[in-house]
Amino acid sequence: MTVVKNEREQAKLVMDAGDISRALTRIAHEILERNKGVKDVALVGIRTGGVHLGHRLVKRIHDIENAQVPIGELDITLYRDDLSLRKEQPVLRTTSVPFDISDRIIVLVDDVLFTGRTIRAAMDGLIDLGRPAEIQLAVLVDRGHRQLPIKATYIGKNIPTSRDEQIQVLLEEAGEDDRVVIHKA
Amino acid sequence: MSLKRKDLLGLAPLSVDEITLILETADSFKEVTGREIKKVPALRGRTVVNLFFEPSTRTRTSFELAAKRLSADVINFSPSSSSVVKGETLLDTARNIEAMQADIIVLRHPSAGAAEALARGVKSSVINAGDGWHEHPTQALLDLYTIRERGLSFDGLKVAIVGDVAHSRVARSNIHALSKLGAEVRLAGPPTMMPWGVEKLGARVYRDLDEALRGVQVIMMLRLQLERQGRALFPTIREYARLYGLTAERVRLADSRAIVMHPGPINRGVEIAPEVADSLSSVILDQVANGVAVRMGILYLMSGAS
Repeated sequence: MTVVKNEREQAKLVMDAGDISRALTRIAHEILERNKGVKDVALVGIRTGGVHLGHRLVKRIHDIENAQVPIGELDITLYRDDLSLRKEQPVLRTTSVPFDISDRIIVLVDDVLFTGRTIRAAMDGLIDLGRPAEIQLAVLVDRGHRQLPIKATYIGKNIPTSRDEQIQVLLEEAGEDDRVVIHKA
Repeated sequence: MSLKRKDLLGLAPLSVDEITLILETADSFKEVTGREIKKVPALRGRTVVNLFFEPSTRTRTSFELAAKRLSADVINFSPSSSSVVKGETLLDTARNIEAMQADIIVLRHPSAGAAEALARGVKSSVINAGDGWHEHPTQALLDLYTIRERGLSFDGLKVAIVGDVAHSRVARSNIHALSKLGAEVRLAGPPTMMPWGVEKLGARVYRDLDEALRGVQVIMMLRLQLERQGRALFPTIREYARLYGLTAERVRLADSRAIVMHPGPINRGVEIAPEVADSLSSVILDQVANGVAVRMGILYLMSGAS
């Protein structure tokens, strides 16, 4: 427990609840603007943080445009590139995309964009479900250090970090106060 | 929580948490088997060997499909077409298979304990697909999954297992798991087919099928192994069917929403009446479908790097 406490003391707040809320509102507007509305647009949240943020975006888009955007939930575990290296396999959660993604514009939603490996896995997982017209990417935080040629379409906030720092997105849906913190290694 | 085991030999050694983990993992694969493209890359580059010393279509095909849907390479090895007929021992056969870099060996063998013996001798993971009268853990896990999928919870669940319990590895695995999970297990069948000392596992033996069925939520029928006829276990098939066959009238003794299960292959008109096998309460084909998802879950959990 002391370890956790020390980490908390070292944690630096980089976004508070207001910052997160405003960033999501802007992203919702950007999604509407870029796609000229939300006809054919669907969101797919990457478990677990991306799912919560995806639901918030659905609500915001509804508030702005009075349109209901379908949302799905994607678990990328089976598409990870390190499964053959791990001693014990990670716990699976269920993918649930209850609509046909073919010919739709899919906005993938995740909390943090880091190496890009999760997004690579998510795109592979998505394409196994159908052939989207386009895949876009919305993230709350882009912290850099990409290991793959992947770029977000919508970014809440760019936060420059060093490789050994940790970014944590804490959300109400997971029983926390909304905030983004950075931990020194 | 993860499965920290090299092998899956039976349900007797598994904890409730481990059983629950397998069932929850199978949920994710049930979604995959419902997709148009029923394949995920999780076991790419891995090799799964089906080593079957007894004839089996259902279990072997189910494992093969499960492994293929996880993108593993699958080899089917059966003794009639191999050097086993030339006198090679089980362990030597397995070591040869292992030398070909098999990651997981799925073994079906007529002798109880064969899977455990093999597991001690090889580095590959071993999954028991039925060893003699001992255990058939993946069949019991798919039975549990099917029960759970019907919205039934195990705690206090009344389950009747009917038929040749003594010679059934499916029954044994189910008794272990259901008792652990808090279910009330009732066994019914001819006295010659009831195992000794099964009460120690928490099961209760009933002589009268009607009494055993009263109020149960799950009826699990076992296949009458017709090849055992003439070994003084039961006088005639007709008598067996009359005393221990599941008819529509008997199903009415159970809970009104009771489900009827059978590991297959079924003997219509012997242990189960055709109209029961084809009724809405029958989940026999769900069991087969769920078998693939459950085995995908097991293969995935056992595929960690060694």
